[in-house]
Amino acid sequence: MLTEIERRELEDAVKHYPEKRGAAIDALLTVQRHRGWISDESLLDIARFLEITAEDLDSIATFYNLVFRKPVGRHVAFVCDSISCWIKGCEQVQEQIKNLYDIDLGQTTSDGRLTVLPIACLGHCERAPAMMIDQDVYGQVTPEKMEIIMEKYK
Amino acid sequence: MNNERPLTQHLHPNGRPRLLREYVSTGGYGSLQKLAAGMVPKDVQRLVGEAGLRGRGGGGFPTGTKWSFVPMGPDASKPKYIVANGDEMEPGTFKDRILMEGDPHGLVEGMIMAGYALDAEVGYIFLRGEYHLSAQRLNQAIAEAYAEGYLGKSLPGTTFRFDLHLHSSAGRYICGEETALLNALEGKRAVPRAKPPFPQTVGLWGQPTIVQNVETLYNIPHIINHGVEWYHRLSRTKDGGTKIYGISGRVTNPGWWELPLGTTAREILDRHAGGMADGIGFRGLLPGGISTSFMIEEHLDLPLDFSSFPPDVGRLGTGTMIILDDQTCPVGFVLNLEKFFARESCGWCTPCREGLPWVAKLLTAFEEGRATRDDLSLLDMHTKWLAPGHTFCGLAPGAMAPLQSALKYFREDFERHIMIGGCPWSKKSAQQRVLV
Ligand SMILES: Cc1cc2nc3c(=O)[nH]c(=O)nc-3n(C[C@H](O)[C@H](O)[C@H](O)COP(=O)(O)O)c2cc1C
Ligand code: SF4
Ligand code: FES
Repeated sequence: MLTEIERRELEDAVKHYPEKRGAAIDALLTVQRHRGWISDESLLDIARFLEITAEDLDSIATFYNLVFRKPVGRHVAFVCDSISCWIKGCEQVQEQIKNLYDIDLGQTTSDGRLTVLPIACLGHCERAPAMMIDQDVYGQVTPEKMEIIMEKYK
Repeated sequence: MNNERPLTQHLHPNGRPRLLREYVSTGGYGSLQKLAAGMVPKDVQRLVGEAGLRGRGGGGFPTGTKWSFVPMGPDASKPKYIVANGDEMEPGTFKDRILMEGDPHGLVEGMIMAGYALDAEVGYIFLRGEYHLSAQRLNQAIAEAYAEGYLGKSLPGTTFRFDLHLHSSAGRYICGEETALLNALEGKRAVPRAKPPFPQTVGLWGQPTIVQNVETLYNIPHIINHGVEWYHRLSRTKDGGTKIYGISGRVTNPGWWELPLGTTAREILDRHAGGMADGIGFRGLLPGGISTSFMIEEHLDLPLDFSSFPPDVGRLGTGTMIILDDQTCPVGFVLNLEKFFARESCGWCTPCREGLPWVAKLLTAFEEGRATRDDLSLLDMHTKWLAPGHTFCGLAPGAMAPLQSALKYFREDFERHIMIGGCPWSKKSAQQRVLV
């Protein structure tokens, strides 16, 4: 069941579109903000609200890399692996995460603190290599800087 | 020559956004006053057409021509929509972000005026999900514009009223392709649509729709305020206006600069970016995102615009260049691009879904020293199999532009991988990447 707050937010989102399903992405991202990820149960809740089938909604949910259909950690680090960051050493950034937290791309630490995912160009190529943690973007990331940055995300 | 930089001259160097009061104090929302003075939609359309404004999303299509396909008059189907394409996921590209973060009201004003010109009363800003700062600032600008009556109320001297919504997306490069974008906005899986019909007549929810890049829309109020002649004087070539150019890679000062359209790559690289970084040599560049073809030394004096490129040099794309230097393996560089395209393929049509992973696999074989002469011909063949016309949308042909040109200009490097059974840069480049 959608919570009262979720329902209110979804009702607001729907107002922007002539058809309810137009708000599918807004709805998925809203519920994900409250619940961390989109479980089968969440999917059903949203589909019912949008008056579409869960299968239909899942074909949208699974298409987008920022919609999580599996649980993620309390924080998600997105490491840009596109060309400008590759030139400037994004592979070293990935290595450093592995050294510090013993996880590969796509994995979550055992204490549930952090998930690391690759991401396409973050649009900060002039400050490559770039990464985004939750909603914060960092540029010119070095292995040393990484350790300091991560202190903020416990 | 006109030395103004209308899109960025008022931006704060520290990145602070300009909110309503500040925006208005430098002439913001001035174009709306022209309506009270009797400017009708046809006038706006004519100005934009004569200004020679060409789309800044990568294709360079003349905006006025695109608008001319939208049905006008009392019999035209309503509502009509105007959509700002703020998906900006083309690797190497960060120009729309600079505008939206620094001057969010400029996009609101551009959309109001585009809406007025086409009698389209509803607008959406389609924003990539990762641009959280842009989202926050645009939301604030939209709220301010509603409070001030620029949105949601009849514009001065007219009965036209415009409503504007922000749609934050959730990733996937293909959403920037305009028909996939329309499916995404409708809450459908974001695969492209067949064309024709074109969105100008059958777009969002079946209604006439114009999709325009963010930077394109920022130009419109300035054309209306200052006129066609002024706009042409901003540029060095026959395409009007300025362009936000950018550079990333191993140069002294990576960054962005608003410059006259038609500025050369050499000027931007040497004068603005301070040349290559110490001890690093130039080998080539992609002029505007990764769906463009390599340019090499001999092309550096070409005007970077939408009409001066000889066909065999390709196209400008987004104008944000990526530099290939001599410490970086061209094969590894292209492999990174093709992995991106393979991952971002929407999977709708077979040549792209199957072909791009195959290309990535072939290039991996080069890097790992397993490639043969046959693999080189297979790469050549893919540039034909995935050429324009063989796939459902422009993603796969875009992916072939850097590959085909790399095979042309850096062929010895591919051959060297076969000959020595590995990547000549491998150790060196790993060390360099830590250093620079
Ligand atoms: C795969 C693909 C991705 C695209 N991504 C973008 C994008 O992120 N932003 C954009 O403005 N145009 C993008 N385009 C181009 C759009 O389809 C469309 O041509 C453009 O938004 C039109 O705006 P303009 O005429 O103002 O340039 C993309 C095209 C393709 C084929
Ligand atoms: S070319 Fe690629 S991205 Fe475009 S429709 Fe075909 S599979 Fe999808
Ligand atoms: S390539 Fe990494 S931010 Fe653009």
